[in-house]
Amino acid sequence: MNLDFTPEENAFREEVRAFIAENYPADLRKAQESGQPLTKEQYLSWHKILAKKGWVAPSWPKELGGTGWTPTQKYIFSEELAKADTLGILPFGISMLAPVLYTFGTDEQKKKFLPGIYNGEVWWCQGYSEPGSGSDLASLKTRAERITGDDGKEYYLVNGQKTWTTLGQFADWGFFLVRTDQNAKPQSGISFLLIDMKTPGITVRPIITLEGGHEVNDVFLDNVKVPVENRVFHENQGWTCAKALLAHERSGIAGVARSKRNLQKLRQIAGTERSDAGGSLMGDAFFRRKVAELEIDLTALEFTELRTLAGESSGKGPGPESSILKIKGTEIQQRIQELALEAVGHYGAPFLRDIGHNAGIGPDDARGLAGEYFNGRKTSIYGGSNEIQRNIISKAVLGL
Amino acid sequence: MDFSFTDEQSMLRDTVASYLSDNYTFDQRRAVVTKEPGWNPGVWKAFAEELGILGAPFSEELGGLGGGAIENMIVMEEFGKALVVEPYLGTVVIGGGFLKHSGHAQAADLIGKIIGGEAIFAFAYAEPKGRYNLAAVSTTAKKEGGSYVLNGHKAVVVGGPFATHFIVTARTAGGERDAQGVSVFIVPKNAPGVTTRDYPTVDGGRASEVILENVKVDAGALVGPESQAMPLIEKVVDEALAATCAEACGVLRKLHEGTLEYTKQRKQFGVPISSFQVLQHRMVDMFIQLEQSISMTYMATIKLGDDAERSKAASAAKVQIGKACKFVGQNAIQLHGGMGMTDEMAIGHYFKRATLIESAFGNTDHHLARYEFLSLGQAA
Ligand SMILES: Cc1cc2nc3c(=O)[nH]c(=O)nc-3n(C[C@H](O)[C@H](O)[C@H](O)COP(=O)(O)OP(=O)(O)OC[C@H]3O[C@@H](n4cnc5c(N)ncnc54)[C@H](O)[C@@H]3O)c2cc1C
Ligand SMILES: Cc1cc2nc3c(=O)[nH]c(=O)nc-3n(C[C@H](O)[C@H](O)[C@H](O)COP(=O)(O)OP(=O)(O)OC[C@H]3O[C@@H](n4cnc5c(N)ncnc54)[C@H](O)[C@@H]3O)c2cc1C
Repeated sequence: MNLDFTPEENAFREEVRAFIAENYPADLRKAQESGQPLTKEQYLSWHKILAKKGWVAPSWPKELGGTGWTPTQKYIFSEELAKADTLGILPFGISMLAPVLYTFGTDEQKKKFLPGIYNGEVWWCQGYSEPGSGSDLASLKTRAERITGDDGKEYYLVNGQKTWTTLGQFADWGFFLVRTDQNAKPQSGISFLLIDMKTPGITVRPIITLEGGHEVNDVFLDNVKVPVENRVFHENQGWTCAKALLAHERSGIAGVARSKRNLQKLRQIAGTERSDAGGSLMGDAFFRRKVAELEIDLTALEFTELRTLAGESSGKGPGPESSILKIKGTEIQQRIQELALEAVGHYGAPFLRDIGHNAGIGPDDARGLAGEYFNGRKTSIYGGSNEIQRNIISKAVLGL
Repeated sequence: MDFSFTDEQSMLRDTVASYLSDNYTFDQRRAVVTKEPGWNPGVWKAFAEELGILGAPFSEELGGLGGGAIENMIVMEEFGKALVVEPYLGTVVIGGGFLKHSGHAQAADLIGKIIGGEAIFAFAYAEPKGRYNLAAVSTTAKKEGGSYVLNGHKAVVVGGPFATHFIVTARTAGGERDAQGVSVFIVPKNAPGVTTRDYPTVDGGRASEVILENVKVDAGALVGPESQAMPLIEKVVDEALAATCAEACGVLRKLHEGTLEYTKQRKQFGVPISSFQVLQHRMVDMFIQLEQSISMTYMATIKLGDDAERSKAASAAKVQIGKACKFVGQNAIQLHGGMGMTDEMAIGHYFKRATLIESAFGNTDHHLARYEFLSLGQAA
């Protein structure tokens, strides 16, 4: 057992830190701090800088643009990004679709789609959930029937509705699960399709979430023609892709490094807020204890993640243990948001989003914390709800 | 022992409930709170004239219904169920409370105006750096001849935009957090030197930052004894706490009921999700939280008249309510899945109200500390 970083690893950390300091766009930082929704360009600007440097997809195979870093280097990299409070890289292309493509896709598909994902030129969205199919994803009903087009080519004709499509309003392409066999058992009649969001018949409609934001959408598919070559893997075997993708989705959700950073921010906020007695809130025994407990939980999660990483580097894939990371990671994120809101007391109440950036109501630190808390409830719901994760652990790990 | 309501009290509940179910549906409320002015003065007028509930806790000599804290509890619980934003708490419970308990010279007149719906109060007590300490008052009131001159900044004054009058705590003596030296004033909103910055709050309400710059009021504006107002403030805030707990019970009921209904009708894996035992047990725990909250609200309301036990009871109730708001609120969203995250469904709006109630007049930690402190006092 050894937890020390080698001199090479420390040098690597310095290199990453310097790169971020020199290259992170100042206007993006400003936009993040404003609390206003980001534009499509802002979302992609840091992605593009990292792509140019060759660092946007550390987990990909080296020959496709991966970095070839050791798990420790990847860990250091994500930790430095979090410390610097950079914008996250949107997961849909880089960490969800790409692994499916390079594992199951044809050479043509890889050639056609991976570069756009890497460079941030193509924005992807995830079309899995449907109004009637959430936790029970395999019950999805969107149908795809094979037809021959007027041009003599083979197409799928897709009809149905997807929902909760995150940032679908910006998407150029989406990866969709559709039912290609009505009669097979639920899991075996599903195919995995890549669909150009500009195809006629697609309508994207906003869903406003409880904190007032527009992040998710309904997507309606009405006689949408999708060329058969846009199917990944075999017809009716899309579930294999779907599951692989979900495992990747989950492992990113723990967010240990981000939580460390946010805990730091929480300490700063509580350091400037006053307690009932007039000192700093961080000096209040009740509050301090809650922060300490949270920090200990986070440390436990960090070491659980490190153990998982170490396991992966010795060849084990992300197993059902990633459900532990999802459950604890999201619970911790939510508790940090809870405490941050609590820290600012009365000033958690103003709905600043509506009155704009320079409203000057309450301390700057308080801005948007309520929104983050409300919006943060999603993390224990999406990516397979935490109840579903517990079901997975009980079946797959505990054998119940 | 008897926890049942009198016929009059049951009638009051039915009157309020039936008015709200006709005039205050979720959609009607949404249409009002999403645009300015953020409340419905017509509803207020109906409360005064049609229902007469603005007189619920006032004596009949003053023109009220002759009730008290229990009537406030009944009204507030129904308001919680409908997420009412109109300022009953600030006006009737708090404004009315200060007037009733202080023996103020204009009490009869102003209470008459409250009952008639003409005078609307907002309680301007919190300050930017005061957290939940009621004695953390740096707003000053200086005596000048027969008048007082007020200067200061009051934070997140709930219902401020609707008010005609502010009840303002200000320091007439002592240092920043001294309990001694705090006084209470009635300041008309249109008094020269009063400025407000109004904004929506996350739960669909409205609040103001209130800035007082050389605001001159006459000696009659003083409520209760000069510099010795803390006991009065504590008493009224304890009443406000009990009323807020009652509102919370209404909110929690709706969160719980809404979740039961949703999970019975939502199917996944071919069955209603309410058939999963883990969700059943969660809803049982939510139900237990609701029942415990109702019990504590009754307890605190009944003890409001008992000066020796009142504060401890109010803080104990608020601790229970704060925990329940968090547990029931968060789980209501969780059990609704993605639907719980939408603005379209009522459940999220109840969750948001529950979240602000958690910190209203002091959060769980504040009241635990206050409870501990008061218990120590008893042991000594
Ligand atoms: C903000 C947000 C963004 C999202 N983004 C996307 C996206 O980009 N693309 C996409 O395809 N989907 C997305 N989703 C959908 C997400 O994956 C689903 O919300 C999730 O799978 C849960 O499904 P559901 O909402 O239908 O809840 P339901 O399945 O109806 O679940 C409701 C409740 O029942 C519980 N439950 C259900 N089954 C069981 C069981 N067997 N045992 C115990 N408890 C159970 C759940 O845990 C939950 O608490 C997003 C969701 C949200 C909220
Ligand atoms: C100190 C002590 C004194 C006792 N005194 C007496 C006595 O005087 N007379 C007498 O007759 N008995 C007595 N009992 C027995 C007692 O009533 C049983 O222990 C009790 O009914 C539980 O049964 P069990 O121990 O067989 O546990 P089990 O029934 O085997 O239960 C084990 C666990 O499974 C859980 N479980 C079981 N069924 C379900 C379900 N459907 N859903 C969810 N969870 C479930 C239980 O909650 C428990 O956690 C006593 C027990 C103790 C410990």
